Amino acid sequence: MAPFEPAALPELLPVFYRRLFPHGAYGRWLGYGGVEKNYFQLREFSFTLRDDVYVRFQSFGSPQELEKELQRTNPYKIDIGAVYSHRPNQHNTVHLGAFQPVEKELVFDIDMTDYDDVRTCCSSADICSKCWTLMTIAVRVIDRALVEDLGMKHRLWVYSGRRGVHCWVCDDAVRKWSPALRAAAVEYLSLVKGGAETVKKVNLSEPVHPFIRRSVSVVEKYFEAYALQGQDILGSPERWDKVLALVPEEHRELLQSEFPKKRDSVQRWELLKGRMERTRRLASSGKGTACYADWEVMLQYCFPRLDINVSKGIGHLLKSPFSVHPKTGRISVPLDVQRLDDFDPFAVPTISSLCQELDAAGDDTEQEDGEETEPKRRMRDYRRTQLAPYVKAFEQFVEEMERGRRVERLRRSDLQGEF
Amino acid sequence: MEFSSRARQRHLKLAGDRREPYPHSLQFYQEPPTESISLAEFESFAVDRLRLLKVVENLGVSYVKSGDAYKTKLEAELRKLKFPYRALAEDDYDARRKDHISHFILRLAYCQSEELRRWFLQQEMDLFRYRFHELTDSLRQKFLDHVNLSFEAISEDLKNELSNELYMSTPGLSMSKVKEQMFYKVGLSDAVDLFRARRVFIKDGFAFVPLKDIDAIVLNNYRKSLSKALALTARSLPSIQSDERLQPLLNHLSHSYVGPDYSVQKNTGKISLEHIDALSVKSFPLCMRQLHKALRENHHLRHGGRMQYGLFLKGIGLTLEQALEFWKKEFIKGKVDADKFDKGYAYSIRHNYGKEGKRTDYTPYSCMKIIMSNPPSQGDYHGCPFRHSDPELLKQKLQSYKVPPSGVTQVDDIGFSLNHPNQYFAESQRILSGGREVKKEPNHLGNSQQKNNSQESVNSNSAPTSSNTTTDAELEGLEAYFTED
Repeated sequence: MAPFEPAALPELLPVFYRRLFPHGAYGRWLGYGGVEKNYFQLREFSFTLRDDVYVRFQSFGSPQELEKELQRTNPYKIDIGAVYSHRPNQHNTVHLGAFQPVEKELVFDIDMTDYDDVRTCCSSADICSKCWTLMTIAVRVIDRALVEDLGMKHRLWVYSGRRGVHCWVCDDAVRKWSPALRAAAVEYLSLVKGGAETVKKVNLSEPVHPFIRRSVSVVEKYFEAYALQGQDILGSPERWDKVLALVPEEHRELLQSEFPKKRDSVQRWELLKGRMERTRRLASSGKGTACYADWEVMLQYCFPRLDINVSKGIGHLLKSPFSVHPKTGRISVPLDVQRLDDFDPFAVPTISSLCQELDAAGDDTEQEDGEETEPKRRMRDYRRTQLAPYVKAFEQFVEEMERGRRVERLRRSDLQGEF
Repeated sequence: MEFSSRARQRHLKLAGDRREPYPHSLQFYQEPPTESISLAEFESFAVDRLRLLKVVENLGVSYVKSGDAYKTKLEAELRKLKFPYRALAEDDYDARRKDHISHFILRLAYCQSEELRRWFLQQEMDLFRYRFHELTDSLRQKFLDHVNLSFEAISEDLKNELSNELYMSTPGLSMSKVKEQMFYKVGLSDAVDLFRARRVFIKDGFAFVPLKDIDAIVLNNYRKSLSKALALTARSLPSIQSDERLQPLLNHLSHSYVGPDYSVQKNTGKISLEHIDALSVKSFPLCMRQLHKALRENHHLRHGGRMQYGLFLKGIGLTLEQALEFWKKEFIKGKVDADKFDKGYAYSIRHNYGKEGKRTDYTPYSCMKIIMSNPPSQGDYHGCPFRHSDPELLKQKLQSYKVPPSGVTQVDDIGFSLNHPNQYFAESQRILSGGREVKKEPNHLGNSQQKNNSQESVNSNSAPTSSNTTTDAELEGLEAYFTED
């Protein structure tokens, strides 16, 4: 793929918004079937334009209007905000206090920099294939909880374009959630607590809530490959000291003395884990207290870290799916939750690679029927590029919601006794 | 007097069975009173309830809410003010009526701003929680039926299926208890507090709550309905405010019990910068002494500390010029150069003195405000040491300030109630200059309040100051813009 140059954006963006951005599915998503009046018109968008010009409270009468505006201004970045009480672009005409955010998807933002204290391979904005597993684990843990515990159905997971993932929960009821309920959800999903001064960030005690148990079993599937082999967290005295700092004193000494005798992280972990499991076995027959330090270590090194501020506020703006990342050029593409383990953030198309692909395929189009309509040509366009599978995934997501709405309509009419 | 925006058709028959309108000592205040009362009763009911809520607030800060001390003191107050205090008391009609009417009157006064609403909601919730807990199990069930809170009890089969998860998720319940107790399927938004703390089992968007935790849900319902009601009341307010008899009363209620807020500096310019170090040891309350020390040592304070200390200094009489000189001298010793100081920090100091932006003259923080808002985190030195510090650390600190061991534990009476750092300063100066008698020696002043995690009781404050009602959230945002903490 061609290397991405931020300076090329002004040339690339017009092509992107004309020929690649999935305006159709996007509009269908945010219209939510037109069930609620003016839902699309009351939605706030914000654009980041050239030279860091940032404009908020943009709103549009229709998806077509949005499309035209995108093609006119070619923003570097698009953020989606809340559905407000009044049209956001008229908010200055509304008297103070009356203009309020009313609804929004429940969103989560998981950022790799929040894991810097437990990554050995990279730090801050860098990511690599080794630490990307953290995102895979995060998506699996959170998604499981969203579906099984919180009963949510329509979740769109998206790659942020550089170092993290976002989740958009679009269920009708959830969009109406209050900030308090959103904050409660984040708290429910949080296990890693404390800042730089806190050494031990996960503390478990009995009884252990099913949420924790289930999350541990997800983490366990990845732990050996990711933490013991990839990150090698018990690979040297320096590293294993950090881990042992999380283990209660009564076990530390023994482990400290046994560790050097072991060959690698895997063996050392077996020792630690075995010891903890033993305490739990003994405890269940009444001898001593159960210790969960092995779980606590796994969670501290792998459990997702959410930013509560992103999820709590209804008015909070978040980067839109299919927005371009201005620094990496990568498109914020949807993730296929079924094939999460295959996802490679470095294989995500950049705006420049997509445009190159279009150029390469460009010769063919000139021979086609010139009367084709714009949307059709666009459909063929993105299909010629690596964006295709991602747009398809997005369309499936939207279709799933539309299916759900049909089912709900039928259910309602049944209840009303129509034969 | 009628609350015409929500008056119902039904008339409450007061002449007949006096218990009928108030079958329970507890209520959700869903229907407004429709009788006529005198202005005198209007005012006295309202003032009494306000007193009660202030006590609720203070007790909540000083004691653990489920502890005996809290309960006894609150009951005493309820009795004193003639509000319902015993769920079983038969002849409670007058108290219940007063409870009902006074609540609605205070709604009028406290619906007017976000901050007032939040305060009112918090105290009413704490009061309700206390009274709900005082109910016996059967009275509680009766009350729930009466207010139509419908919970769907889950079937025995389902309960058996889930029994393990229920046991693991619900702290405080043994397996056998799980098997006997009723569990209810409740929507997540109803069980927010249990859900957020993972104290309940959740599946498919529903929480499975045992009978014993139903109170959290009831409280949540109460909070939601009261919150909504307050918003509604705010909208109907114009018509009520147009009544000239009520307007002054309502205004007085929402601003009442304001102790001196130290915003008007009677002694401006009497403090000289050279004296501050000495003053900090002699007459500053511990929180300010701590801040001053950190400033001197690090040549810097973060935003929270600058606000708390800066406004305190203003309150003791530092002029704007003095303040600018003081902070600048200190910051320059650190990493900030003069230019940067003038561009960033100076602006916000002038802002504090009301010389920029909205030109609000910000008032120094009361103890309540310091304790309740913006807890300090790593690298911060603000807050209340008696509330925010580790007890051991605090003991050490007090010892290093040469407070004898007796002063470090409980102190009964310093002869006045302390709720504002500037008040401490003023009283201390007065004593040092021989103007006032006190039961204990001056050195022990200010080491009088101590709350640590193990609930030692505190000198109970009798005349609470209201917290700073200026919207300084704006100011903080502005501050943050200029700094790079």
